[in-house]
Amino acid sequence: MSPARARSLAWLEPAILAGSLVPFFAIAYRAARGLLGPNPIATALNQLGLLALIFLVACLACTPAKIVFGVTFPIRLRKTLGLSAFFAALSHFLLYAVVDQELALSAIARDVGKRPFIAVGFLALVLLAPLALTSTKQSLQRLGFARWKRLHRLVYGIAMLGIVHFTLRVKADTREPLVWGAIVAVLLLVRAVDAARNPKARSKAPRAVVG
Amino acid sequence: MKPRIEEPKASEITPEDLYAKRREFLRNAGLFAATSLAWGTGLVALSGRGEADPPKPPAPRAPSPGLTIVSRERYAGDEPDTPYEAATTYNNFYELGISKSDPAKNGSSLRPRPWTVRVEGEIRQARTLDLDTLMGWFGLEERVYRMRCVEAWSMVIPWVGFPLAALLAKLEPTSRAKFVELTSLFDPEQLPGQDRDVLPWPYVEGLRMDEAMNPLTLMAVGLYGKVLPAQNGAPLRLVVPWKYGFKGVKSIVKIRLVESQPRTTWNRVAPDEYGFYANVNPLVDHPRWSQATERRIGELSRRKTLPFNGYARYVAGLYRGMDLTESF
Repeated sequence: MSPARARSLAWLEPAILAGSLVPFFAIAYRAARGLLGPNPIATALNQLGLLALIFLVACLACTPAKIVFGVTFPIRLRKTLGLSAFFAALSHFLLYAVVDQELALSAIARDVGKRPFIAVGFLALVLLAPLALTSTKQSLQRLGFARWKRLHRLVYGIAMLGIVHFTLRVKADTREPLVWGAIVAVLLLVRAVDAARNPKARSKAPRAVVG
Repeated sequence: MKPRIEEPKASEITPEDLYAKRREFLRNAGLFAATSLAWGTGLVALSGRGEADPPKPPAPRAPSPGLTIVSRERYAGDEPDTPYEAATTYNNFYELGISKSDPAKNGSSLRPRPWTVRVEGEIRQARTLDLDTLMGWFGLEERVYRMRCVEAWSMVIPWVGFPLAALLAKLEPTSRAKFVELTSLFDPEQLPGQDRDVLPWPYVEGLRMDEAMNPLTLMAVGLYGKVLPAQNGAPLRLVVPWKYGFKGVKSIVKIRLVESQPRTTWNRVAPDEYGFYANVNPLVDHPRWSQATERRIGELSRRKTLPFNGYARYVAGLYRGMDLTESF
């Protein structure tokens, strides 16, 4: 990408960042105005959880977009999208722990230990944390590209955990989580096909940094 | 005389690169605003799952001639009634849609009259009863009950109805009648949620004979002094206040007395999650959430869930000698 072209996209990342904050403000505003329905905590929990999944899926779609359509601009949005996913997941957890469970730590610990759907969601959040913490350029340099990349591959697993968490949560209608699962599966498939076609490109990147 | 054009001073002329930058700045600002707005609204729409547009509660209908209430009793202590608006817009009635706000939005397709109820099985004579005829047999009572959903939220609702026991007495059960099976309407035209096999339709619930005969067990035809709206199970539904809400089968068209335990809907779908008895019990957790506490709709902090939803002194005797962790 030429510098001139790069400069002309300077607005993109801040725009995505600003847009990503909108749903958080929307939930806060509607909560304050009593517009979240009769069970506002449950509604906000559902919306924040889904928001985390949307950000994760958007993040996972960047590389497939490059592979399939040849567009490279989404790549520069991955950090913003990934951090937004972490922020949404953390808000989701804090709302559950602080407002819903009123910080009854024993009840929360029991929930995480006893209930698979909560344990799976909690694990996804715990795994997201190191990715958020190492999202800076400095971390990438410190870790080296190969290790950084290996660490950040966790995001596939995290997205799948998120979908399992969602599927286990719903009572009977699994259509919605399954749609998200299908989307993640397609995104993964694109990468797998690409990796199988260009085995070199895959093995070269880490070696180049190590060497 | 030549008109004199005053040229601007050189110092006032915008330098060319700045002029170009201004254009670039405006362009970038426009792109920034448009993109952030589009991305932001897209996210709100996608994560909102249609909850951004809450349904309006039904307009209170004109008092209908059927709802002459002869007695009122409060079985919820001094706990305040849940607002009418919440009780009529936050419903689990999958036949009218999966989300809590769906039933209030989709309820107009249900035609509550004319309505008949088929009574059959172990009774003196099977027959089909017109609902208005049936309602004419009883004086309507108002009963204020706690309603505890298996999803760990609860309400306090003033129901209007008649005891199931009074109806069963009229049907003259035979000695072989051990259980009552109640079935919802199956008609995808009136209940469009039945177009999808989320649950095996029609919805079936059941009670043991002594539970059905308990004076607390109510057949409701109204709430808050008004005729039941579709989303609450019009025109006839079951209310069993010491059991989780899913036992309260809605839009009932068939009542059958049987000898063996009926196959009830949620129990068929997930027997380890939903027992046949489904008595409110803070000591028996649902596999996916604790039942120790509940959120009363309209309140911020959680309440402790009471055994039998606070109705132990009326119903605990029904289960003497039973292991309620086994028969949950």
